[in-house]
Amino acid sequence: MDVLERIDEQVKGNPVVIYMKGTPQFPQCGFSMRAAKALQECEVPFAYVNVLQDPEIFENLPRYADWPTFPQIYVAGELIGGCDITLELHANGELRGMMERAARAAP
Amino acid sequence: MNRKQRIEIKLRDALSPAHLDVVDESYMHAVPADSESHFKVLAVSDAFIGLPLIDRHRRLNQLLDAELQNGLHALTLHTWTPDEWHAKGGTTPTSPPCLGGSQLG
Repeated sequence: MDVLERIDEQVKGNPVVIYMKGTPQFPQCGFSMRAAKALQECEVPFAYVNVLQDPEIFENLPRYADWPTFPQIYVAGELIGGCDITLELHANGELRGMMERAARAAP
Repeated sequence: MNRKQRIEIKLRDALSPAHLDVVDESYMHAVPADSESHFKVLAVSDAFIGLPLIDRHRRLNQLLDAELQNGLHALTLHTWTPDEWHAKGGTTPTSPPCLGGSQLG
């Protein structure tokens, strides 16, 4: 399967997915760590992809959504942004509701 | 010209920011301190009015695309309208009024 199709399946097949360096338990980048922590604090399950373990996704994710950096956080199939936007949405209370709505809408 | 200066010029030209702060944070990361790889940008601009955060960040990513393609590895972005910035407790220093000195020879 083409890598962009693979990414598309992950993005559309999960209510919430974070592409990060490392894992939520063992993050390998401070920005990925903060974004994953914000998602965890919302207490809604989410998927993650460790881009350091998947060179093909690491190389190609930036062109999937025309976003140059990691982490990338997708909710309900849409890129919401990177670390800064995720933290802002968490701080202003929107993130949990977005994640809950996405989880409810999932098949 | 270093990367910080190039970023400042590009953003000033494009956004006419009321406040702009560009910080080289490379020293905080696992790279040589002079890497110019990790930057934080605070930009306060009327250009962000009516734009969702993701569109503001896309705009900055596009403006700084040449830097991102050339060793700029991490870009932390804080992008606010003047009203949002004030509501967050930030202050935008006001410039002093003209006292006419430039007219006095």
